[in-house]
Amino acid sequence: MLRLRRVTRVHGYGAAEVHALRGVDLDVAMGELVAVMGPSGSGKSTLLHLAGGLDTPTAGTVHVGRDDVGALDAKGRARLRRRHVGYVFQDLNLVPALTALENVMLPLELDGLSARRARSQATAALAEVGTDDLADRFPDDMSGGQAQRVAIARALVGPRRLVLADEPTGALDSVTGEAVMRVLRARVDAGAAGLLVTHDARHAAWADRIVFLRDGLVVDSTGADPGPDHLLSGAVRA
Amino acid sequence: MSIRQGILALLTERPMHGYQLRQEFEARTGGTWPLNIGQAYTTLQRLQRDGLVEPVPDDDANAPERFRLTAAGAAEASAWWTRPVERTAPARDELAIKLALAVTVPGVDVVAVVQRQRTETLRALRDYTRLKRDAAPEGPELAWSLVLDSLIFAAEAEVRWLDHVESAVARAAVARATTRRPAAGAAQASGDPTAVGHGAAGTGEGGAR
Ligand SMILES: Nc1ncnc2c1ncn2[C@@H]1O[C@H](COP(=O)(O)OP(=O)(O)OP(=O)(O)O)[C@@H](O)[C@H]1O
Ligand SMILES: [Mg+2]
Repeated sequence: MLRLRRVTRVHGYGAAEVHALRGVDLDVAMGELVAVMGPSGSGKSTLLHLAGGLDTPTAGTVHVGRDDVGALDAKGRARLRRRHVGYVFQDLNLVPALTALENVMLPLELDGLSARRARSQATAALAEVGTDDLADRFPDDMSGGQAQRVAIARALVGPRRLVLADEPTGALDSVTGEAVMRVLRARVDAGAAGLLVTHDARHAAWADRIVFLRDGLVVDSTGADPGPDHLLSGAVRA
Repeated sequence: MSIRQGILALLTERPMHGYQLRQEFEARTGGTWPLNIGQAYTTLQRLQRDGLVEPVPDDDANAPERFRLTAAGAAEASAWWTRPVERTAPARDELAIKLALAVTVPGVDVVAVVQRQRTETLRALRDYTRLKRDAAPEGPELAWSLVLDSLIFAAEAEVRWLDHVESAVARAAVARATTRRPAAGAAQASGDPTAVGHGAAGTGEGGAR
């Protein structure tokens, strides 16, 4: 579903050049959730922006499904993002002039859905993250954690094939954070591909694989297979 | 360890024979700490010797021998709930020892040691989390779910400690790189327990300029 090959991203020029990513290979299949961990500045957000077509690589290729993101024009990338990619970013990007419900309806309406259907899908998405009672509130009138959940509802609404989340549990208490992971996981299990950036090991543990970035390189990765079963030395549970 | 206490606790519910005790013990803890039947019976014998349990009198002679608590056993069982589990001297922890040595033995790439361990611990954390997703947080699965939580929190703590080790080693390497320039730093550096790192040291030079 998502395929990065030898992806390099250099920000700035000359003396100010920053090699945010240096030849990263990464695949995320449908039904797979991959977590990205790594120190601050290691290139995690850069990787997510590239995966979502918000940015283009300096070298290498990014494919979302059959689309080569680097080869699309701006319009094509915008369409890909709107239709197929759901995001939750570090800065939430909720539109302040719109209510929670309208924020969540936005990508659906941009995509040509009728207002009525957009409304009902958006209401369901808000309910999924436990914020249906906030439907008519504006972002500025919500707590950080509430706004975060609305942003997650917006990312997950509609038939997204690729869900990208940058620290989606950042402002949430541990129970709400877990609820968000449950929703994200359910969406991936239903067939989407998911890429999650997090510093929280307990949330990364919801992924099928965990990838480590350091200085723009993938330095390590857990396989998708379960570890040795001596972890639980006891009887295999049915 | 707590097999003895665990058996006493289970016997407060009803008299049981060794096989039942084993089954109950494993069921309550989700099979995380298997108890073999030999251990169950040896422990019962010791408890009987210490006067904490006794065979149920007039029990069916053809059935396996069941045990019940004596008054002393019942007192011991209830005392277990009221006293905290003692924090004894830290158990010999291979990981802690390994890293203590990694930062002192010359030529060890501490960052690589930490990274490999972190991946392994995260994999364990992920596997526990998978099990936990399937365990209902109420009803008969509650005990099992809480045991998993305990394993999850411990693995998470280990990851956080590894992160801490890595940044502490990196910081120490930076400090060494900056104090080395004035000649006075040399004597002080000889006692530095982190005087090994390559790996993380690279970032230090730029900041010193
Ligand atoms: N637009 C930009 N212009 C210049 N440099 C940038 C830009 N965006 C990112 N960088 C640099 O690229 C590197 C990687 O940044 P990135 O945001 O991907 O890190 P990150 O792993 O997400 O960090 P954090 O955990 O702090 O969010 C950093 O050194 C950063 O300063
Ligand atoms: Mg970031």
